[in-house]
Parts: sequence; structure tokens; C-alpha cells
Amino acid sequence: MTLATESSFRILPRLTDANRHFWQGGEQGELVFLRCRACGYYIHPPQPVCPIDFGKDLAPEAVSGRGTVATFTVNHQPWIPGMALPYVIALVDIEEQPGLRLQTNIVGCEPEQVRIGMPVEVVFEHREDRHGDVWIPLFQPHGGGDGGQ
Amino acid sequence: MAASDRYIEKRAAFTGVGQSDVARRLGRDPLELTLDACLAAIADAGLEPKDIDGLATYPGGMAPARGFSGGGAYEVIDALRLNVGWYDGGLETSGQLGSVIKACLAVGAGLCNHVVCFRSVWEGSAQGSGGRAAVGMGNEAAAGEFYATGGMQWSLPFGSASAACWIAMYAQAHMHRYGTTEEQMAQIALNARRNAALNPKAIYRDPLTMDDYMASRMITSPFRLFDCDIPCDGATAMVVSRAEHAGSLRKPPIHVEAVGAAMHDRPSWDQLRELTRMCSHDAAEQMWSRTDLRPADVQIAELYDGFSYLTMNWLEALGLCPIGESGPFIEGGGRIAREGVLPVNTHGGQLSAGRLHGYGFLHEACVQLWGEGGARQVARPLEVAVAAAGGGNTCGCLLLTKGV
Repeated sequence: MTLATESSFRILPRLTDANRHFWQGGEQGELVFLRCRACGYYIHPPQPVCPIDFGKDLAPEAVSGRGTVATFTVNHQPWIPGMALPYVIALVDIEEQPGLRLQTNIVGCEPEQVRIGMPVEVVFEHREDRHGDVWIPLFQPHGGGDGGQ
Repeated sequence: MAASDRYIEKRAAFTGVGQSDVARRLGRDPLELTLDACLAAIADAGLEPKDIDGLATYPGGMAPARGFSGGGAYEVIDALRLNVGWYDGGLETSGQLGSVIKACLAVGAGLCNHVVCFRSVWEGSAQGSGGRAAVGMGNEAAAGEFYATGGMQWSLPFGSASAACWIAMYAQAHMHRYGTTEEQMAQIALNARRNAALNPKAIYRDPLTMDDYMASRMITSPFRLFDCDIPCDGATAMVVSRAEHAGSLRKPPIHVEAVGAAMHDRPSWDQLRELTRMCSHDAAEQMWSRTDLRPADVQIAELYDGFSYLTMNWLEALGLCPIGESGPFIEGGGRIAREGVLPVNTHGGQLSAGRLHGYGFLHEACVQLWGEGGARQVARPLEVAVAAAGGGNTCGCLLLTKGV
């Protein structure tokens, strides 16, 4: 699922060969991490060598996109001009591997409905950019974005 | 001789401290503030600049980043015409006090005899009236000319643009796991303000009540305005001397009993394995492994409060209260008050005395051990203090004892 681009401003990541799989995986609706082909370890953030077996046979691979909210904060401070307030920043643990965690926003429910341990699923926000479009992975309550769980 | 006597930081002592003027905004040359602090510390030790043969600072010279550094190692070495046997300035270390820990090791190793250590900020002036700065971005962001790169690409696109957001998530996890309450956390801010009232250099000295705290605006839950420290201008310095050269100076030396610099987790704000733990626990564990003293011996604790929760985290990390129980420990504020069993942040912390960024805690630990705290001096005689700074993956701590 791809969200319509919202009017709220976002600082975008600058695409590189090292991060393209992550920021453009959403074009196919997929949350993609680098993975070690030898030992199967998902690596985030991406790096040139597997931190477990130190091999270099790494390739991007999609995960389910399901996870749980490890923790979160409801931000009310306008750190970034143009970004609509408030918004929920969260750390989400991805179900495929203990400790496979990313920072993200929780969308599709009211901020006060967000809870630690809440099951969530990825949803992508498409952003056009002259250096290459990106798909920002956000998370909504599992089973739908209407705040119902 | 105890086994722990072999550690070389025990050959280091604090012999002088100094601080520039401190204010929300001074509008003065940051290097002037830096030199004011360094010269004050050197004079406090009874030394002259020509006696100083080492220098350590955090974060060192860097491109202007909203007032984050008021002078680098090279600038100060040159301005004071120092001839150094060792020097160091850098950001990638065990918190702001990592620089002081390195100085202790350098004098212990015999590379130098008297090291001036400093931390200088001018964030108040640099940020002006534009509000607290976000990390890693400037005004160009709104114009669409700014991209999140490097490590910041994993947080900035989500509006996670401040350590306030990152650390708030740890506070939230602590509340969820242990039932810690906002009213408990408030005591860090209220205690700081009570102490600041007696510190003539503190920035905010007016009384702060629980009602004021709860009514203050939410920044990023669970952090309200008063959970966040105050950007300011000011520099703090101290002299670390080799022990055999420390005894004959102006003041009784404050001995470095042990240091903690460990990091057993990923160097990241969002990839730490346990969200109710930080590398403060690793640094503290290392520190206690290097001394025969125990947490119960600590008489005052000067613990980083860039955000209120970090002080609670340090209380637990250092074993000053059980893991998960910092909330009940600080409840009501009595235990951590100046007259309590464990006075904490007796100068007002960064929450009320200003964001002098780590060094203010070590400065205050020395001031209290020397009995120079004036109206805010803890009444009972002090022999053992702990100073700790940082959070997340960048944490360092020192255990200090007054010479007897």
C-alpha cells in the first residue's frame, strides 16, 4: 500500500548505492534490508560487511513489513519547519529477527492510541525528488489504518 | 595494596577548576570564554600557563554547529602558547567527560604533568531567538535544499531531529516497563531548580513547582519543557595533575579513584539492545570494577541531565538505586535534595544552571568536595563524589575522593 503524498514537509534521504534498496523498496510495496546470504542476518543500517560472520556476500531482501512498537514519543516541537504537528516517532522491531529495528513514524491512528508492544505493519509514503523518488517506510496499526486494532 | 590500585587513573588528581561567565546569551567571543575558564582553572590550581603541558577538550574544534564548540585544542594551545607533552580534542569518546578520562590516563602514563581540560559552548547566542536547534540540519531544510545523509538519514526523515526525541523514547520505555511516572521524573527538574536558586551563576533561579512543571508544554512525550536543558553560553575547565605533582599546589588534590568509559552496545541512539538501559551501565560497571569503594560510599552525585530522564538512568547505572527503581527513589525529591541521603546536581544541573554540557557536573563535584559551594554547599563533610555525563551510547563517569 502506498499513501498519497501528504502536504506535510519531510526531509528526504539522499540516495546512495548503499541505501537505495531501503528507500526505494516501497515502490514494490516492500520493506527491504540488506541480508547476509551466508548466515542469513539482516543488517541495519547497511554496511559493507556482515557484523556476524564478516562476510561480504550481502544482498537486499524484503521482509514481511510486520513488527511491534518497541517504544515511541509523540513530538509536539517544530524542529523541522513545515512538518505538521504532532507526529509519532517510534522504534519498530521487525518480526523477522530479534533486534532488527528502525526508527519511523506511526500513522493511521491517533497519537494517543499508540502503545508499546502494539503490532504494526509497514505503509509507504511516496516522495518525488529530483535525485530519485523515495518511499518512506511508515507503520500503521496491524490490520488497518483507522485506529482500530 | 588492593588489586585495584594498579589502575593508572589513580595517579591523576584534580587540582583546580574554573568557569567563565555563564548566561543564556553573552554575545561574546566564544574563545574568550574558553580562555577565561582555562586561565581561571590554572590559577585555581596555583599554576601558571607555562606549567601546563597537556590539554584535553570535547568536542574539539569543529565547523560552526549552532554554538556546539567554543574553541578547539589547537586554538587554546596557541592562544596560551602551551608546550604540550600530550593533547586531545574529539567528539568520538565516552561522553563529554571522555576527554577528562583521557587526560587522567595521559598523566597516569607520564605523558604530561598538568592537563587543562575544557568544554565551551555558545549555543545560547548561536541559536538566538530561533528556538532550540535540531540536530544535523539548518534552515536550508525548509527550502528543500537539504538532505538527510549518513547516520541522520535514519532519523531526520521521520522528524526525529533532536536528542529530545531519541531520549524521550527511552524514558517512555522506562515508564512502560517499570511504572515510572511523570510526577516522579519531575523531581529531577524541581530538585535542580531548588539548587539553582542558591547558585549565583545559574540561569533559572525562580522557584519551580510541580504545578508549573505539569502545566509546561509538551515537547516530545514524556518530556515537557522543564525536562530539557537550557542552551547557554559559557565555558568550564579543570586541571588534571599527575599525583606526585598535585600535593604541593594551592588546594588539596581531589583524587581520581576510578573512571568508567565502556560501551558494550552499538554506537547508536536507536539500536541499543535494551531500551531501559544505556551504555552508562557499561561505564559504571567498569568504574566500580576499578575500585574497592561501593555505591553506598557515594555522598553526592552530579549526574548529567541534558534531559531529566538521563539523571534517573545514571542513578540506576551507578547502582545508587536498584535497576528500575529510580522513579520511587526520587519520588517526593527528599532523597536527592541537598539535605537528603544523596544530594544530586547541587548546582542546578543543566536543567536550571545551563547546558554547560557535561563539564558542569564534574566542576560541581570538585567545588563540593573542596567545600566551596557557598550557599549551596552540602552541610555534611564530603569525601566521595561521583560525576557522570552523557547518555545513550556516549557515556563516561568518574569517582572522586578528597585527599585525606
